[in-house]
Amino acid sequence: MMRLDNTEIRIGFFGALAVAALATLPLFSQGYYLSLGVNLMLYAALCTAWSLFSGPTHYISLATAAFFGLGTYTVGLWVDHVSFPLLVLGGGLVAAGLAALVGLATLRLSGVYFVIFTLGLAELVRQIVSWTQTKVSTRMGLYVFTDFTEVHIYWMLLALTVAVFVTGWLIGRSRLGFAMKIIGNDETVARHVGIDTARAKILLFMISGAFIGIAGAISAPRYAYIEPPSAFNPMISFLVVIMALLGGTKRLWGPLVGVIPFTILFDQVSAQFPNHTPIVMGLAFLAIVYLLPDGVTGRLEQLRARMKRPREKLGEEVRA
Amino acid sequence: MQIIVTGILLGGTYALIALGLTLQYGVARIMNLANGETFVAACFIAFWLFTAMQINPLVGLVIIAPAAFAINWAIYSVLLKPLVDRAKNRGMLEVDSILATFGLLFLLQGLMLLAFGGSYFSYTFLAERFMILGNPFGLNRVVAFVAAVVIAVALYWFLYRTRHGTAVRAVAVDPNSAKLVAIDVAKTAAFAFALGGALTACGGALLSTFYTFNASMGVVFTMKALIIVIMGGVGDVRGAVLAALILGITETAVASLIDPGLTIAATYALFIIVLLFRPQGMFGRQTT
Repeated sequence: MMRLDNTEIRIGFFGALAVAALATLPLFSQGYYLSLGVNLMLYAALCTAWSLFSGPTHYISLATAAFFGLGTYTVGLWVDHVSFPLLVLGGGLVAAGLAALVGLATLRLSGVYFVIFTLGLAELVRQIVSWTQTKVSTRMGLYVFTDFTEVHIYWMLLALTVAVFVTGWLIGRSRLGFAMKIIGNDETVARHVGIDTARAKILLFMISGAFIGIAGAISAPRYAYIEPPSAFNPMISFLVVIMALLGGTKRLWGPLVGVIPFTILFDQVSAQFPNHTPIVMGLAFLAIVYLLPDGVTGRLEQLRARMKRPREKLGEEVRA
Repeated sequence: MQIIVTGILLGGTYALIALGLTLQYGVARIMNLANGETFVAACFIAFWLFTAMQINPLVGLVIIAPAAFAINWAIYSVLLKPLVDRAKNRGMLEVDSILATFGLLFLLQGLMLLAFGGSYFSYTFLAERFMILGNPFGLNRVVAFVAAVVIAVALYWFLYRTRHGTAVRAVAVDPNSAKLVAIDVAKTAAFAFALGGALTACGGALLSTFYTFNASMGVVFTMKALIIVIMGGVGDVRGAVLAALILGITETAVASLIDPGLTIAATYALFIIVLLFRPQGMFGRQTT
């Protein structure tokens, strides 16, 4: 039986309140704000799932678009034959399968191989999917007709975000989470105390990938028409990296701090200056590296530590 | 036969960009993911020199290579040197340099998209027939290949036959020991980064003579160069050249025998084989 202490109960209580409040959003707005809310929820789920793996390991995964696209495609291919909840689960399993393959090929080696491998992964899966499609059938795209509206997608994504958070919290208190903490601090030490580092990393990458695949499956009804270039859009991978690192990955809720402002900013920029989006992304990357290496939450914690320090020093002087 | 020759001709250009990247990563320890953007920028400059000023792309190299050298030196000392100084270990520098060069990648790509738009460019240069073993090939491809070979040989001579080159190789092997034999590691790293940029730009200028290019294709070339570098072994000149030729032939074979839409899949197949069997590179020795 898990025992919860008072702080955890309090966080859980306020968390539940916040989720309940967020769930009522569709009652107030059906238009622009709901659609923005769907985007925010989508990136909240994606970035938190991304940070589950990339936070402790510091490996920059660019596989998000590949997992997301596989989830979307799973729904697109079988939406007329299999029930939607099963398909969502299937999307997660397919993505976890791909994560396992990528992990087996690269995670036994150093981090650079992993980054390079994931850099082209979405493009690789896209080429294979389009090639198979032209061989098997004549049409390029898939139609997804469901009864789901934006409201349903919003609620499903909210539920998914909650699931990611709960999973992240459970991992944090499990053996796997403890192992990841040691690996993140010093991999050599981790290996010497008997942790199977490759296995732990692959397992975590699969969990993270599965959630991203599920997010892709849930988003499929939004597109109505699915084509390889739009389903495997590599931009998603980069946006997720920017948002998660902007917020900071040391805390479970860190990525949220990056998701909210950047989604709104990027929404505005791509609506008004569509030609300038790469420049905004480039500047965001540079800002993260040079100004906010630990993200906004990391910077806030630094400031708090600095505020505390003078007071302690003052206390010492009084005592002296 | 036709496939092998076409593949080798293409591999010559790949070799230059891969040599550039292997110097930048192997010596300066910067994983430069914006390398493909240098490459594409060189394509555009060669295009502009040829169409606006009627300068032959081969002569254009004399302008493009020094310019790329200077710009890359500036990028290294302004943007990347601070990261090298603040990194506590190799892993931190890798993460930081990957993110910083992602920033550069998007920034440069965005600027080029604004300047040239997303459409494809090409120009006609030496588009004549040239017979090799009874098969016709574009003269521009052959000339680009010969130029690439000349540049690669010059690089090899520099690295293995001169004092400066030996210093560069020493830093690649071990920066800390290189300091002990009075090598200015910081300066050598900056030099290697700049030289890598110049080689990449040469590759771009040569490619533009026979290839249609656009502002957003840099990532694909970065990807290919990265895979070549890993296949050949990081910092290994001979390995990079051989890997580039293998990649050129494989891509041409897959594109002409199976489907032109599967070139990335072909590159990845090679990549996976290398990762599974020889992650230390083709000529690399097993590390303990």
